[in-house]
Amino acid sequence: MTKKITLPITDEDIKNLNAGDSVLLTGSIITGRDAAHKRLFELIEQGKELPVDVKGELIYYVGPAPAKPGYAVGPAGPTSSYRMDKYAPSLLDLGLKGMIGKGARSQAVIDSIVKNNCVYFVAIGGAAALIAKSIKSEEILCYDDLGTEAVRRYEVEDFPCIVAIDSRGNNVYETEPPKYQK
Amino acid sequence: MEVRFINSAEITKAVKKLLMDCNYFIGGDIMDALTRARGTETSPVGKSVLDQIIENDKIAASEEIPLCQDTGMAVLFVEYGDKVCVENGSFDDAVNEGVRQAYSEGYLRKSVVSDPVFDRVNTKDNTPAIIHTKIVSGNKIHITAGGKGFGSENMSAIKMLTPSYGVEGVKQFILDTVRAAGPNPCPPIVVGVGIGGTFERAAQLAKKATFRPINTHNPDSRYAELEDELLSEINKMGFGPAGLGGNTTALGVNIETSPTHIAGMPVAVNICCHAARHASATI
Repeated sequence: MTKKITLPITDEDIKNLNAGDSVLLTGSIITGRDAAHKRLFELIEQGKELPVDVKGELIYYVGPAPAKPGYAVGPAGPTSSYRMDKYAPSLLDLGLKGMIGKGARSQAVIDSIVKNNCVYFVAIGGAAALIAKSIKSEEILCYDDLGTEAVRRYEVEDFPCIVAIDSRGNNVYETEPPKYQK
Repeated sequence: MEVRFINSAEITKAVKKLLMDCNYFIGGDIMDALTRARGTETSPVGKSVLDQIIENDKIAASEEIPLCQDTGMAVLFVEYGDKVCVENGSFDDAVNEGVRQAYSEGYLRKSVVSDPVFDRVNTKDNTPAIIHTKIVSGNKIHITAGGKGFGSENMSAIKMLTPSYGVEGVKQFILDTVRAAGPNPCPPIVVGVGIGGTFERAAQLAKKATFRPINTHNPDSRYAELEDELLSEINKMGFGPAGLGGNTTALGVNIETSPTHIAGMPVAVNICCHAARHASATI
């Protein structure tokens, strides 16, 4: 069964999500990947205000390709999440409610997800052209100089993803592969 | 054979087309393997992931948009005929101009930074390309070009094995590397293996192996059998499509080899995602 969630995501929504659930997200999400995370993390360490308020948001780890004329956005599939592991707990502590990426996370990130009642979604890596169909518009929020790595706001409609790690720390990357191991 | 003059613009044009084509149109070998895997995959989530990948690759081809947002670093294997003379500029400059044009005019992502450690400033045109040139006899230039994404590149590894490790040691290192990569490199993956040569030759062969169609085998039957055995072992690991569980973790294993030193047996494993993109042309 596929669950539909209208953003912003609520604490109740998060509590009701279980690892393995298929989800369609509709509403507003922000984006950020390596270089933007590094800058945000440095500001947090210096005790400075961030150029984007992450409270209540979901962040999508993506660096899109440019949009062809006539398209709202270019192909935009997830990038590997583990590269953001160093930075993620600080953002979750600031009120970020979840992340969308692909691949495994560190124990520190999982602990922070549980502590802050957050969720880690994954989208299908390499399905960028398909995923882009569910992104209706984009706006640059900050770090325009980073090009593809700039922080954007996406308006999404039925954005397809799967709950990889739920708010209780259940993790599909731990539970599912062993079922198919021979 | 007489010297043949080739205008650098012709090289630029060919490289531009190869890089745009490989980013829009997935190879028939990969599409066939994905379709076959959809039939044999037992995990419901795995089947759904394969459906989405197949649909994605069809959308990319029909709309001529990149199938993955990571349109990669441009990597070229070039067989350069020794009777060829490039006019109006150097060969490398002509290739990089082709990269520049493909990535700007083809709406491909610019993913290259100028300095790896300190500056990390985007070069904004995806140059420079990684160019492997081999001088061969003849008056033609053969180019195989691809866009190599780094989600899978980062999961690659090299080890300087020594002769006493034998074939069992080779297998173990390859399988350990794939296991450590787990769900991260966008499975189902293509595994390129380079064995022999020197440190850098093994790595180069591993990349070259990822550029070989997966419906081919190493011409030496012993390595061909090893390719099949490794593919079967990898698909028993359980990672499955997108790493969410299943029996399709890899679509193919390609091995390339080279003579090596009496003291050595280097093994390099270059992992490629299901978007294994490459295209070839002869000028």
